[in-house]
Amino acid sequence: MKATTMPIGEPRAVARSGKRGSLLDDRAWRWATFAPALLFMLGLSVLPLVNLVATSFHEVSWVGASAVWQPVGTDHYEALPNDPLFRAGLVNTIIFAVSAVAGQMVLGFALALLCSRLGSGRVVYRTIFILPILIPGIVIGAIWKLMLNFDFGPVNQLIGMFGLMPHDWLGSSATALLSVIVVDIWHWTPFCFLLFLAGLESLPQDVYEAAQIDGASRWQELRYVTIPLMVPTIVVTFAFRLVLAFKVFDEVYLLTGGGPGTATEVISFTLYQRFFTEDRVGYGSAMGVAVIFLVSLLLVVALNARRKREGMA
Amino acid sequence: MRRLSLPRLTGHAVLVAAAVVVLFPVAWVVAAGFRTQISLLMGEFAFSPVLMNFTEVLFSKTSDFLLNYRNSLLVGIVSTALCLLIGTTAAWSLYRMRWHPWVLHSFLGWTIVFHMIPPIALAGAWYTMARSVGLDNTFTGLILAHTTLNLPMALWLMGVFVRDVPQELIEAARIDGASTPVVLSRIVVPIIRPGLAATGVLTFVFSWNEFAVALNLTMKQTATVPVAIAKFAQEYEIQYTQMAASAALSIVPALVLLVIGQRFIVSGLTKGAIK
Repeated sequence: MKATTMPIGEPRAVARSGKRGSLLDDRAWRWATFAPALLFMLGLSVLPLVNLVATSFHEVSWVGASAVWQPVGTDHYEALPNDPLFRAGLVNTIIFAVSAVAGQMVLGFALALLCSRLGSGRVVYRTIFILPILIPGIVIGAIWKLMLNFDFGPVNQLIGMFGLMPHDWLGSSATALLSVIVVDIWHWTPFCFLLFLAGLESLPQDVYEAAQIDGASRWQELRYVTIPLMVPTIVVTFAFRLVLAFKVFDEVYLLTGGGPGTATEVISFTLYQRFFTEDRVGYGSAMGVAVIFLVSLLLVVALNARRKREGMA
Repeated sequence: MRRLSLPRLTGHAVLVAAAVVVLFPVAWVVAAGFRTQISLLMGEFAFSPVLMNFTEVLFSKTSDFLLNYRNSLLVGIVSTALCLLIGTTAAWSLYRMRWHPWVLHSFLGWTIVFHMIPPIALAGAWYTMARSVGLDNTFTGLILAHTTLNLPMALWLMGVFVRDVPQELIEAARIDGASTPVVLSRIVVPIIRPGLAATGVLTFVFSWNEFAVALNLTMKQTATVPVAIAKFAQEYEIQYTQMAASAALSIVPALVLLVIGQRFIVSGLTKGAIK
């Protein structure tokens, strides 16, 4: 191995030390290729967030195209905990994210396991399961608004066949959040399925052969071989989905608009209402900063839990 | 043939049932687009398809849907091109040009943090910025926003593909005196073409689907397809069948890409999330 790569590796050293021109060339191109991305991230992600933080300490009103800023100190942040919509949004978002993601993970894992064990038909299932991921969130909302319609929605028609009364799934506060959770599970279980299937397919086969020689049952194989080996994929999928679930906006916007009452008020929607609908730019910015802080906190906790787990294993 | 604890038939039955659950709502809504409002409201099972809703949505004087379609295509294509160009060169630079690990980690770390921020909070920040420089209600503003939103994903994906390019090839070209742009265009780009396809497909679809930012950075003339559909669904008297027709039309680009680039989509989605 080493012998064959040596002749290729050596001239590079010559080129590096010997030709000054190429070294200069390298340094310039290193910056030139990185600069656009750096400019984009500095100008359109770091700067807006700095701007958001600054705005959150002000009351902003518009005179034509120019903003008039009035400093208000930490007033907005002090008002946040007493905002009933903010509190409802937080609680609902947590309930929504945890139950929807748990459902997606379990269903997605079970289906992926089934699919990988069956072997045949994989490409067909995979192709079908990609579909919901590619559909705009707002269209997912439109689809389920029709599916769950009180008068003519297929869901009520179906339960009618079993002699049950039609139910106003999105309009009753008892089932609105549940409906949104079910729609999200429908939307994202296929994504978990795809990731888990890819993970399962990349597992080393020799471990399974060893387990079979040792006479492991199917269940033991799953419990002691597959799941431990899949932990990294499971953790990544979980973190990825949880963050996305916290950002949920499009589906709720169309399905329920946060209602009835505050039954489906999620944090992104509260933020939208305060910032854009009510045009409270300063207060909305403070809420945005708070949400970003909470999401980062979530990630730090998740990463620490993962590190601890790895340390133990 | 592998040993099975579940009979194969039951296994396939479960997967087929799951596939039906996935497909049915989409198929039902597409079918609703071909119904008359009365047929839909009566809950008829059988119906004779009409094209009225589609012609209304596309060609009626009061509908802007074709304009919205054009807007979405424009924003999607330009921001995808920008993402591919910037993402690929940055991936090349970060992974192959010997940056200090500190630069690499802090930049990539920031892209991860950025990716977690709810788009609606960004929409707020972008809105105030765009408005103060006069970029609100312009395509430029939305294109810049979508490029920034999808750049992290483009960078991570292209990073995976760029790192897979054999070092020997690059070094051989260097010895022959090839400069960085030549190495990139003659050697790296041809090798990472599947990666560019995967990233391009996903970036375009995400831009096409994006709603929260487009809703707040656009007005009537610059609105994209998702914004138009939200408007359809929120009128006081909902035209259910037109909403279904517009929903069906909005999935067409994703379906076309799915048919053409199935394997690119899978490799993109799984590589982006797992590696």
